[in-house]
Amino acid sequence: MNGVHDMGGMDGFGKVEPEPNEPMFHQEWESRVLAMVRAMGAAGAFNIDASRFYRETLPPQVYLSSSYYRKWLLGLEALLLDKGYISKDDVAAGHSVAPAKALKHGKFSTADVERIMVRGKFGRTAPAAAKFKAGDRVRAKNIHPATHTRLPRYVRGHVGVVERDHGCHVFPDTAANDAGEHPQWLYTVVFDGRQLWGPDSDPTIKVSIDAFEPYLEAV
Amino acid sequence: MSEHDHHHHDHDHSELSETELRVRALESILTEKGYVEPAALDAIVQAYETKIGPHNGARVVAKAWSDPAFKQALLEDASKAVGTLGHVSRVGDHLVAIENTPGRHNMVVCTLCSCYPWEMLGLPPVWYKASPYRSRAVKDPRSVLADFGVSLPKETEIRVWDSTAETRFLVLPMRPAGTEGWSEEQLAELVTRDSMIGTGFPKTPGAPS
Repeated sequence: MNGVHDMGGMDGFGKVEPEPNEPMFHQEWESRVLAMVRAMGAAGAFNIDASRFYRETLPPQVYLSSSYYRKWLLGLEALLLDKGYISKDDVAAGHSVAPAKALKHGKFSTADVERIMVRGKFGRTAPAAAKFKAGDRVRAKNIHPATHTRLPRYVRGHVGVVERDHGCHVFPDTAANDAGEHPQWLYTVVFDGRQLWGPDSDPTIKVSIDAFEPYLEAV
Repeated sequence: MSEHDHHHHDHDHSELSETELRVRALESILTEKGYVEPAALDAIVQAYETKIGPHNGARVVAKAWSDPAFKQALLEDASKAVGTLGHVSRVGDHLVAIENTPGRHNMVVCTLCSCYPWEMLGLPPVWYKASPYRSRAVKDPRSVLADFGVSLPKETEIRVWDSTAETRFLVLPMRPAGTEGWSEEQLAELVTRDSMIGTGFPKTPGAPS
């Protein structure tokens, strides 16, 4: 979706402000939100792509004015409501008043913690041969899906070069909508800065994205 | 405390309370429904606080600086190479190490959200997840580096890696001069988190930290 989360190349957000000796969490509740998101995801309530999509669908003014973990909280609530794991009555009451829904992987317990500290596997068996190889010139398609996608707007319509092939991975565009993993070839595609930002931009800049095969067309 | 400061403080406090109440309510709902063990949430937080952090990435970088065969293996398949180091936290698939050279500087961003190599660097800092960095890193990385007090020769190529999939990128910075004969432990002390994101350099030997 063409949301405010897709902010590559936007102007006006000001300076980057590094914080010396930044704590891991600025408030205790942030750590609880992180833990709930990880636990409910691992229990099978949603996948990582759905959790990203629900944060992207927060209203733009909410997205831009909320802290990082506040966005995580709002996205988690909306996702659990939509999927029927919690109800509006639960939220209004501040505790559980409606029946629970079965989780795909069952209750998340302390025995599961070690497992989630290692990233999940996203590589999958290839359903077909790769269309592109390193060195190929490709154009990022001019597409504007209204749902989740990992093709940022700033590269759409532009020509780049395939640099690496990462094998076949879960396709976020379908996985986010519970429409299946539909594994796709994934490539690092490099764009010249002037191709993206115009002939007057810095000639020393190169930008790459990792692009799923359906995002690309041969040039 | 001035009147203005006092007012500001109350404002922040009331905002925090609303969020805090909401978080507590959600946690109650999830535990009462039997979805999560409360102790498991504590254990997740504790694991993040103790098991991951930039010290893991620093050990990998120091090893690559000291051992050419490891460096080559790391650049070929970082997940596999890091997996051979018993003392580093277990690493998932799809880790990619990218090498800085005198002619090319690498910098990592996630313009769409906050993708970051957690197992190597810990949880990302607020600036990495915030709009200024995410919006500007791909368009004007030199001005972003300037915000960190970093400047590069004007002819150096800057390669920005936008983390748009489940691949995760670790920058392998250049080994600082004057460290000949240093042990991996000594070298690891020079490796900063930002040098592995590409928004900083390793510390210089002898400079105050």
